[in-house]
Amino acid sequence: MDERKDSQINPTKYGTTVARKSGRELVVTRTFNGPAHIVFDAWTKPELLKRWWAPKSTGMSFLSCEADVRTGGTYRFVFSHPSLEQPMAFFGRYVEVTPGSRLIWTNDEGDEDGPITTVTFEERGGETLVVVHELYPSKEALDDAMASGSISWSGEQFEQLDQLLAAPGASAGQA
Amino acid sequence: MIDRALGPLHAGQSGYILNRMVQYTGTLLDASFAALSDATRRGVLEQLGRADASITDLAGKFHMTLTGMKKHVGVLEQAGLVTTEKVGRVRTCKLGVRSLEPEAAWIERYRQSWAARFDEFDKLVEDLKQKEKADGRKKR
Repeated sequence: MDERKDSQINPTKYGTTVARKSGRELVVTRTFNGPAHIVFDAWTKPELLKRWWAPKSTGMSFLSCEADVRTGGTYRFVFSHPSLEQPMAFFGRYVEVTPGSRLIWTNDEGDEDGPITTVTFEERGGETLVVVHELYPSKEALDDAMASGSISWSGEQFEQLDQLLAAPGASAGQA
Repeated sequence: MIDRALGPLHAGQSGYILNRMVQYTGTLLDASFAALSDATRRGVLEQLGRADASITDLAGKFHMTLTGMKKHVGVLEQAGLVTTEKVGRVRTCKLGVRSLEPEAAWIERYRQSWAARFDEFDKLVEDLKQKEKADGRKKR
């Protein structure tokens, strides 16, 4: 009856958006209720990064977080997860560090070229708009990343689950 | 070994990794079936199929306490059937990603992993703002 109002809750003010801007690019946006210097600190000080980069809900633990955040500096993040036999390391180099406004880093842990991540910080009236831009070396690289990430969600198991879901009310799938 | 298990790691360090890790816990499907064993939870899915809703709205519709509804939504969320995001003071629930097209589903999962991080980030920003205020007072 009054379901419609539910979808009107807080349009986008502090919501996270993601778009595939082109074949090679993903863009994430989010606004934070704080000035750019604070938001920038939270992205660049290892002891602060550790507090949000691997949220508890994922079951991941941050084992170590080293980041020499200056142009040409390197980072190395090591995580563990109950499903992994060994910890995983992610590392790369900061291509550009402009305090309070821009960060660019490489993602070097894979065998092939990884994406280049650019994060911009834009302060507006005490709030900060953060834009995370990931540029893959080619459209194929991004397609591959997406395909490999979809495998476990696209199999017949999910068709079965869909059927099961459709059964009780039969209206769940309708708009 | 690990590289093989996790697929191509060149895809970057961010949301992608969270997705891979969540997938490899391998318990999602069991959790889905368990989640669907309850009539209220099936009702919630049906409801969310029509429109997104806040936990408060859902609690009202199903004549339950907020705490009770939070638990149900938590079970559905763990199973990947429902996703939630806190925007301001309201936690909005929507249907999970399983029914989307593969690319849209991937993007939605990627968005969720960032959204989860940013929920934590919000708390940190609040802490840091408080701290800065306190430090400012000390200096004066």
